[in-house]
Amino acid sequence: MTAWESVIGIEVHVELRTASKMFCGCPVVFGDRPNTAVCPTCLGLPGALPVTNGIAIEWLARIGLALHCQIAPSSVFHRKNYFYADVPKNYQISQFDLPVCTNGWLDVVVDGEEIRVGIERAHMEEDTGKSLHQGSGGRIHSATSTLLDFNRSGVPLVEIVSRPDLRSAVQARTYAQDLRALVAELGVSDARMEEGSIRFDANVSVRPIGATDLGTKVEIKNMNSFRSLERAIASEIDRQINLVEGGGVVIQETRHWDEAAGATQGMRTKEGSSDYRYFTEPDLVPMVMVPATIERLQADLPELPAERRHRFAQLGLDPQVVDVLSGTEPGLRRVFDEAVALGADPVMGANWVTGEVTAAIRKAEATTADIPFTGKDLAELVTMVKEGSLSSSAAKEVLAAVIMGDGSPRAVALARDLMQVSDEALIGAAVDQVLAANTEAIARFRGGEEKVLGFLVGQVMRATGGKADPKLVNTLLRQRIT
Amino acid sequence: MSLADLTIAEAGAQLRSGGATSVDLLDAVIERASFTEAQLHCYLTIDHVGARSAAESADRELTAGTDRGPLHGIPLALKDNFCTRGLTTTCSSQILAGYVPPYDATVVSRLRGGGAVIVGKTNLDEFAMGSSTENSAFGPTRNPWDPERVPGGSSGGSAAAVAVGSALGAFGSDTGGSIRQPASLCGVVGFKPTYGLVSRYGLVAFASSLDQIGPLARTVGDALTLFEAVAGHDPLDSTSYPGAVPEMRADFETGPKGIRIGVVSELSGEGYEPEVAIAMTRTLNQLADDGAEIVEVSLPTFELALSCYYLIAPAEASANLARFDGVRYGLRIDGETVEEMMARTRAEGFGPEVTRRILLGTYSLSAGYYDAFYGQANRLRTKLIQELAEVHQRVEVLVSPTSPTVAFELGAKTQDPLAMYLSDVCTIPADLAGTPAISVPVGNNHQGLPIGLQVMAPALGEAVMFRVARAVEERAGFVARPPMAGPP
Repeated sequence: MTAWESVIGIEVHVELRTASKMFCGCPVVFGDRPNTAVCPTCLGLPGALPVTNGIAIEWLARIGLALHCQIAPSSVFHRKNYFYADVPKNYQISQFDLPVCTNGWLDVVVDGEEIRVGIERAHMEEDTGKSLHQGSGGRIHSATSTLLDFNRSGVPLVEIVSRPDLRSAVQARTYAQDLRALVAELGVSDARMEEGSIRFDANVSVRPIGATDLGTKVEIKNMNSFRSLERAIASEIDRQINLVEGGGVVIQETRHWDEAAGATQGMRTKEGSSDYRYFTEPDLVPMVMVPATIERLQADLPELPAERRHRFAQLGLDPQVVDVLSGTEPGLRRVFDEAVALGADPVMGANWVTGEVTAAIRKAEATTADIPFTGKDLAELVTMVKEGSLSSSAAKEVLAAVIMGDGSPRAVALARDLMQVSDEALIGAAVDQVLAANTEAIARFRGGEEKVLGFLVGQVMRATGGKADPKLVNTLLRQRIT
Repeated sequence: MSLADLTIAEAGAQLRSGGATSVDLLDAVIERASFTEAQLHCYLTIDHVGARSAAESADRELTAGTDRGPLHGIPLALKDNFCTRGLTTTCSSQILAGYVPPYDATVVSRLRGGGAVIVGKTNLDEFAMGSSTENSAFGPTRNPWDPERVPGGSSGGSAAAVAVGSALGAFGSDTGGSIRQPASLCGVVGFKPTYGLVSRYGLVAFASSLDQIGPLARTVGDALTLFEAVAGHDPLDSTSYPGAVPEMRADFETGPKGIRIGVVSELSGEGYEPEVAIAMTRTLNQLADDGAEIVEVSLPTFELALSCYYLIAPAEASANLARFDGVRYGLRIDGETVEEMMARTRAEGFGPEVTRRILLGTYSLSAGYYDAFYGQANRLRTKLIQELAEVHQRVEVLVSPTSPTVAFELGAKTQDPLAMYLSDVCTIPADLAGTPAISVPVGNNHQGLPIGLQVMAPALGEAVMFRVARAVEERAGFVARPPMAGPP
């Protein structure tokens, strides 16, 4: 029996959240009343002309640079011709053979293994309007009527096309999630899948393991979450393998993911590939990207997730902690980075940030931006715990107080009298006192009654008002009675 | 003499001397229209209310001492493919019958800002596709010199209106000769500027890389005045020229002495009426007498320009006209599905010539044909531009007939698209090259029909082009008015 390998490429559409649309001055909005953010250009009225949004092009280049792409010094728009009711000009201004970004990559980690996913291209285009099909559960087939909202028409849309470098549904999902995180981090898009500001399509084919030629690919659409992306791809892989093993042939087509049915469905589209009759957009002049702009954009890039993962790993963090910390909100990561820079133990710092700090912020129903908890606070807290001047449970209490704005960890601990006594001489004196008063207990311990030690520890803790470091008390007791 | 027969310069002088008001000028052109329109059909819409209000406002302003410049209070006509806010804009197509744009084209807002009075919207070949104004869904325009003949096209309504005096000046659009050819056939001046000097924003697109707005006027001087009022960078049109508009007045009246003029040998011979050639030669001799240097030049690619044009223009048109689908505005013919609605709307809404060009363009852009057709045409276009640049090393301007023939009879070419297309053979090269060109009347044939001479210059070479055009005008002494203009 043949063993099969799946080959997957992902196409991503990202709506940029620029102030204005791609080719006109209308604002980029989401959820506003239909057809309120429109003008002659984005409605495709006769005579209206497009004017390129320069910021959008810079943001595309920013995405391209983050994906290690080459940025074309000069690039042009093309018209992609197809008739569709929510495409107001019945052509989309897009890019064809001269995209702004080509030939990059994104490294993603799946099951501890880093995979390099090639990026074929990233180009600029404009979004379409929205068709709101009435009756029939939102599908065009059997709809009784369709309403059109052009608020989205002309919103800058970046298309990022990966190479077919992914080999499983899980890899595809991870790539999609990492790409979404990257785009969000670059600050160029809301990247909300549920709002459609980032959309994923997958190209899936199968081939016998060891084959080098690609199988016939099927494009799948309509995945509204990462989970459905993974499920859709897995289901499509199964469908294709079953089909081929049953003697069938995969045909090149576009299939629609049906979440309820848990399967992809053919879309009843016309035979043959579409002919979009691309030609250079004569209403626009070529876009020129000067080296100085590219250098500025490169310099402005934040630390990228893959780089950050490597840096965290080098700090000695567990792979799992690296994952959680990498995925945590940027403000919290900044707190961690500052604390480490101030000399905090990275492992402890990471554990606190991903554990107690995250939990405390969530409990306070706040975000990092809302609360007075800095890297300096984290460094202080972690160092106090490490030095033994604060017990873990006291540290949690301190943390909660700091988050409520009560002051620095040290100030809170002092004010609440939570500092742990770790002075050996002080604790030793208390131990001696307790032992002198409990000779009978010592005898029982020496007689083999281990649990008596707990009683003695309790006595010392009481004598020190609960502030002695319990570990140290234990050690000192054992030293003296064994 | 009626005020309707004044040049813009003369009318402006009258306004400022108190000899006439803007309302007087408007009344004169409307009166003229009232007895020419029934036969000529220059206008699709006359904006009686809006024009009167604009004229009254212009008069009030002048009285109050506010002078918006040379077009202040001047009644003008606009081709009906310019978007005019609140005023029907049809492109002579059923698919846009009754369409009222919500915004003004940049040219229109500049004209309004300059105090011009917009009389109405003139007839054209549907979506500016044609050379006779017969392809109008609302009936043809006729030539004021002989109503059995066409006015040329596609800006035939604008050309005829200016010729007959139902406007003192007009604007048209030129994609393959649509300003110059009707100007030639109607005996007026028609000027297509360097591509990008006039904003296309709000001009309903035919072929974006070729379309250019320009004036039609009774004199070269008026054409210059009209052009100056609308020229200049527009941030709403990315292809609009970002630099300053060339200075054109300094040498305007300095005559042809010392100018090297190239006569394009490819634009002569078979298909050119002898009287057209004679009129041109006579004019050139006069220019030579006054010190111009006349040389013959050859531009071999000009022979292929027509074919090149009929690949590029329909290709762009096929996309530009895709938006007329019945979804958002204009005609809608219902269907069972959205696709069927779109198909029926377009089948019903577009006339045969528009349909033909959409099909041609769709074909030349199709996978497998692109390189042989659209791609090849663009390479040829580049070659033509290079060839022109080389020739302009030797001569400052080029001349040719504007049209191989005088105005032809209605129906003469409607059954033969290729014969119709040949009507633009002289004007198309300047569109492909994006260079300025002007048609100036230089005489009449034995039937009294006007003959035009075309002067072409390199890109942004408007100054020398206007200087030569002015010299031609002065020497040709073409002052005749068409019989349709009524009693003198």
